[in-house]
Amino acid sequence: MTADAVHPRTFGAGPSRRHALFAGLCLCCLPTLGRAAESFAIEEVGPGIFVRKGLIADATVDNDDAIANVGFIVGKTGVLVTESGGSLADGRWLRAEIVKRTDKPITHVVLTHVHPDHVFGAGAFVQDKPVFIGHAKLTEALSARGEFYRKRLIDLLGEDRTGPVVYPTMSVADTAEIDLGDRRLTFTAHGPAHTTSDLSMIDSGSGLLFPADLLFVNRIPSLDGSLRGWLTEIERLKTLGATRAVPGHGPVAVDLAPALADLSGYLTVLRDGTRAAIAKDVPIEKAVTSVAAEQRDAWALFDTYNGRNVTVAYQELEWE
Amino acid sequence: MTHRIGKTLSTLGLGVVLATGAVSGPLVGMAQAAGASDTEHERAARWQEIAKSIFGDRQIAQTDSLVKIDAPVRALDAALVPITLTMPKDGQIKAVSLIIDDNPAPYAAKFEFGPAADPAELKLRVRVNNYTDMHAVVETQDGKLYEAKQFVKASGGCSAPMGMSDEEAMKGMGDMRLKFAETAPGKPVEATLMVRHPNFSGMQMNQVTREYTPARYIDKLTVSAGDRTVFTMTGDISIASNPVINFAFKPDGKPIQVAASDNQGGRWQHSFNPPSPTN
Ligand SMILES: [Zn+2]
Repeated sequence: MTADAVHPRTFGAGPSRRHALFAGLCLCCLPTLGRAAESFAIEEVGPGIFVRKGLIADATVDNDDAIANVGFIVGKTGVLVTESGGSLADGRWLRAEIVKRTDKPITHVVLTHVHPDHVFGAGAFVQDKPVFIGHAKLTEALSARGEFYRKRLIDLLGEDRTGPVVYPTMSVADTAEIDLGDRRLTFTAHGPAHTTSDLSMIDSGSGLLFPADLLFVNRIPSLDGSLRGWLTEIERLKTLGATRAVPGHGPVAVDLAPALADLSGYLTVLRDGTRAAIAKDVPIEKAVTSVAAEQRDAWALFDTYNGRNVTVAYQELEWE
Repeated sequence: MTHRIGKTLSTLGLGVVLATGAVSGPLVGMAQAAGASDTEHERAARWQEIAKSIFGDRQIAQTDSLVKIDAPVRALDAALVPITLTMPKDGQIKAVSLIIDDNPAPYAAKFEFGPAADPAELKLRVRVNNYTDMHAVVETQDGKLYEAKQFVKASGGCSAPMGMSDEEAMKGMGDMRLKFAETAPGKPVEATLMVRHPNFSGMQMNQVTREYTPARYIDKLTVSAGDRTVFTMTGDISIASNPVINFAFKPDGKPIQVAASDNQGGRWQHSFNPPSPTN
């Protein structure tokens, strides 16, 4: 573990060549309909551990990309934010919920992986000067994608509600530990799985595992790293000693073993079905409609993501 | 409504999708996708301009029998849009060009067929940067041009980051595989050619320097059966990374030669044994 910067770097909007030509309508001028998150509840899922369930939806102009399970842990010496939120607006909402409940300082913010629904809330916490904790590969992943994501989020939410790209100030290459006085948080940097920058965490106070998007429950997983790697990392999650977990998407807390079984069930069908399609020369455009179709009723948003997952899996497995 | 332009991010994370990514992933949907609001008339005018720049003053007739484009109406992944070109009239097709009108470099690829080709069906994977018309233009043996069109909804395919470092993306560059489908003896053989190559578009950001990775793409690829050409492809940045091309050829038992080059001087050559005529 290394702390490679004192202040988080933020990434402003630079002009992208060619892109000006393609700029869409100005959504920031449209009125918004008020925020569904106002009615979000935060649940205490363990002693001093608060989690808000994300919407089972994609980001929309109305929901501030509040689609991930975000939350915080109140320790003796300070507050650790387990997930920052999907936009600056979502992060601000979370910060307000924290301030309502405790006057302890916000000392740590975890950036669990590169996806926008997990990192764009970080801008709301820059004022607290916390340690931003991320996987050793997160900085380069954010360098490559942060601005791409930011532009798309701005198109949807407007610049004011989107916020900056915030980089980790503490990077975890293997494992690391944070002490909050009365509890320790142990981090594990995973190999390519859901993405190439997945970081999980276990809280010694409750025994809860925070696998972030290494665990999807009810909502179809989205594959953006390595299918074979994800199946490997599921085995690793089983060895960390937790029985309950806070998934990245789905209920605020679940029993770990059955949730991992459902996830690996889908990923295994995806792997085997894609391999079979490749072996039979089924082209990618046909494979996207047939592979894993038997899992359709088991997952929300299946039609939005399964075809994409097959596309990603096909590219990984066709070179086996 | 299937299509709420501007309101849903399906491609950002869970919600933004990338070359590599999906949303809960990467944001999937897009806010008002570029090009989404253009009128039919504007699209037609743009095509006139592009066609003129490529084919000069030559007449291009419409066709629904000489070439057909199949593409998903809405791309699942804008950086990998599978395209099928069907050209059922055996012996009449000399070449086919694929143009993605609203891409930064619209002329995606040109295939010139040789005597060992069976151009009945050709598949390739492309990047699509905007809501756009796509055109296939065939040149027949008598030198005439015919076009077919398909509209595709996608966005960001050319600039979508690859999800790995440039170094990693270039690993094994030039490696190739050629797979043959089982075919009855005496019939054309269907083949799938896979080439390892990042095909950098010049619009993707380098993860370390945070500058744009210079365009580096396969610009020429020739497949021959023995000394007879199957096809020569001229390519550009619209071809997806790690190009995969499905085609058919008339085998004569001699090895299949593949020669590829890129715009930065990379050159690769591989030879593959053809499928045995007994199976
Ligand atoms: Zn994710």
